[in-house]
Amino acid sequence: MKHTLLILVSSMLVNNLVLVKFLGLCPFLGVSKRQETALGMGLATTFVLTLSSVLSHVAQTYLLVPLHAEYLRTIVFIVVIAVVVQFTEQVIRKTSPLLSQVLGIYLPLITTNCAVLGVALLNVQASHTIIESFMFGFGASLGFTLVLVLFAGIRERLEGADVPQPFRGSAIGLITAGLMSVAFMGFAGLIKS
Amino acid sequence: MSAGLVGSFPGGLVLEGHKSLSNQTPIRPAGLPARLIFPLRQRNGEDAPLRVSVGDHVLRGSLIAGGTHLMDPPIYASSSGQVMAFEDHDLPHPYGGSNRCVVIETDGQDESLPPLPLMDAETYSPESLLQRIHEAGIVGLGGAAFPTAAKWLKGEAAIHTLIVNGAECEPYITCDDLLLRERADEVLRGTMLLSRCLDCSTILIAVESDMPEAHRALLDTKTALGAQAAAIKIVQVPARYPAGGERQLIPMLTGREVPSGTVPAAIGILCQNVATVAAIYRSVIWGERLDSRIVTVTGDGVKTPQNLEVRLGTPLGFLIEQCGDYVTPDRQIKLGGPMMGHPVTRDTLPVTRSVNTILVTTTVGPTPTPQPCIRCGACVDVCPTRLLPQQLYWHAQARQLQATLDQHLFDCIECGCCDVVCPSHISLVHEFRQAKQTALARQQANERAAHARQRFEARQARKLREQQDRETAAQQRKSSLSQGASPKIQEALERARQKRASRHLPPASEDAS
Amino acid sequence: MLAILVLSLLFASFGWLLGLSSKHLAVQGDPLPNKIDALLPQTQCGQCGYPGCRPYAEAIARGEADIDQCPPGGDACVQALAELLGREAKSVNPAFGTEKPPAVAFIDEPRCIGCALCLPACPVDAILGAPKFMHTVIASECTGCELCLPACPVDCIDMKPLAAQPDPWRAS
Repeated sequence: MKHTLLILVSSMLVNNLVLVKFLGLCPFLGVSKRQETALGMGLATTFVLTLSSVLSHVAQTYLLVPLHAEYLRTIVFIVVIAVVVQFTEQVIRKTSPLLSQVLGIYLPLITTNCAVLGVALLNVQASHTIIESFMFGFGASLGFTLVLVLFAGIRERLEGADVPQPFRGSAIGLITAGLMSVAFMGFAGLIKS
Repeated sequence: MSAGLVGSFPGGLVLEGHKSLSNQTPIRPAGLPARLIFPLRQRNGEDAPLRVSVGDHVLRGSLIAGGTHLMDPPIYASSSGQVMAFEDHDLPHPYGGSNRCVVIETDGQDESLPPLPLMDAETYSPESLLQRIHEAGIVGLGGAAFPTAAKWLKGEAAIHTLIVNGAECEPYITCDDLLLRERADEVLRGTMLLSRCLDCSTILIAVESDMPEAHRALLDTKTALGAQAAAIKIVQVPARYPAGGERQLIPMLTGREVPSGTVPAAIGILCQNVATVAAIYRSVIWGERLDSRIVTVTGDGVKTPQNLEVRLGTPLGFLIEQCGDYVTPDRQIKLGGPMMGHPVTRDTLPVTRSVNTILVTTTVGPTPTPQPCIRCGACVDVCPTRLLPQQLYWHAQARQLQATLDQHLFDCIECGCCDVVCPSHISLVHEFRQAKQTALARQQANERAAHARQRFEARQARKLREQQDRETAAQQRKSSLSQGASPKIQEALERARQKRASRHLPPASEDAS
Repeated sequence: MLAILVLSLLFASFGWLLGLSSKHLAVQGDPLPNKIDALLPQTQCGQCGYPGCRPYAEAIARGEADIDQCPPGGDACVQALAELLGREAKSVNPAFGTEKPPAVAFIDEPRCIGCALCLPACPVDAILGAPKFMHTVIASECTGCELCLPACPVDCIDMKPLAAQPDPWRAS
């Protein structure tokens, strides 16, 4: 129990996907203009990441290892992720067409989100069990959502701020992301190794 | 807390009163100016319909405009003379509207029309009183000039609490103070009249703690009136600006807040200025139409500041002359107090029903330039409506209209407390006024757009229907032709055939059927 | 070899499952054009290149048209559309026209010949009249689209500025 909780906290804060591992930067910068869309994106990614984390662990353990086909790992993981993303896209288009329109191309691009593939591969590297995979994926995606929403909130405030002309837009956004990253380094002392 | 207070309001400022400048001398009649100017614009943004033409001779009390419905109270001539012209004057309305005015040249005779018919005290009813208030052209004399008759009708519930507002909180203004000192009788009798008509259970008259003479006058008069005035409670409120605001006074006196987006009448409370109540009394007992009011002419820019009884339509310059004229030519004039008054550039503008003070100040150097907001939060501390001026300003600067509305932009009473305390000298109230104007303009544009969309869709539907009708008619014609010609055509064809046969001509080709 | 066969079979079954779910989760209709249309000024002028505001809204929803093609809506409208669709805010594209102050059409009666050519031109039926009768524009219904101006053969229609509520943020 304690161990799984540790994995959750560690993947969410200490080893945050976006700000510490620098994975998944594309949607981080692309879908963080407004808090509502950021939350929508974060939840979609949570669903995809957690599900694909578990499914790819299943694929690794019960398909690739018995068939001695670890060399096909990347292809299999990508296909699993693509299927989950397609399914998620269909669900979102049905339940909230506006969100689907606003997320636009970034929704199918979750397939190429290096965070999703990264988590799947990290699970293999760390030899997680299925429960650990689930917690790792869930924690990582929660951290991703958290950071996305925080960044969106800051960007919304920045819209009304008197930013010097050369820094407007993505420039001040990236500076902010850098500062957030430094802030998240503070979590490093959270877990005694 | 003084006796009678059950609550307080948040924020607010204790301001230097400057009351002794103008409250040392009694009210004096201002006299008749050569010209009287009457703006036609009513509180709801529409112009009052004209009732006179150029060249008409009018008496004091002649109807010159308006009177068609409750939001269009009648405008009366305040002295006798001749209608000279209709002119446009730059009046200080923050929310736009036309500036058409009727100009009357006085003849010095000051002849009056007879007063309105006397009302029988025993047969007062709320309806007859409302009618009399409307006919007399009475509007709120506290500064906002809202038509009094319309104010009563704004709530569905019955009025159970009447508050007569004598809490003159803004610095420099002393017209209500003097009114209470000299005519407390009218105010009290007016209050009794109103409360009897409204049948309310609680009757309060509020004065500020820095108006001891007015307080004394009210208490003495109440005692003199005996049992009939026994139900009226006279309460002193702390002299903190803006204690005289409706939404601040009501929680102080009753402990109840007026919910955002509604008016006091919705929770059964009616708040009227002391001068309005006195005017109601005079209109009922003496049939007087509202054509004059008490105006405080004050400030360090006039030689002898004082309170004057002024005929509506009197130009400001005339009144300032009556008070000894300007101290220096380099002066600034504000209509109203230093917090909520409107600056005006010319003294040819007239006194209207909403002008309670003419504040003349000598220019004290350049106005400080606004600096960026330093996020100190002083504005939040003093806001009497518990808004966040800092956030409102942030969103207003960023032109984020929805965000300002989410911050309750329209609950701002524009009291100016935030302006006073801002260390960066930002004109916050000005920004909020602009945001409100923008919000109203956008709302108006949206309504027009929705209307246009409806008409467009109706037109599209009509055209589709017309097209379909045309097509079905064409179809019918075609099918009737192919099924065999109608009897009339057959007969015509038969006649043609017979004619040809009788003339021994070959038969025509059968291409018609 | 076995691995490749097994995996190909697996992927094929994934594809079949997705096909099933896509049929099951099929979407009818699209509320997005309504939301876009609600932000447009309903002038129905056609300056965007589409015959009315609704067709333009649908074109934006389909991705055919950009959001900066509406001059009567002005920069405020482009801004609102940008916020709705999560795109970059920009100004009105001058190729489609410039934003003008609100105005309504006015028929100069001495010059009107009663030809009724302006009546069908008005997208909101704001012109009252009939052939050989005097025509007049109902000012409260006119959107200022100026479509009646070219229709009039004697050029008797002028645009008069509308005294609408001032909009300080638009002016600045």
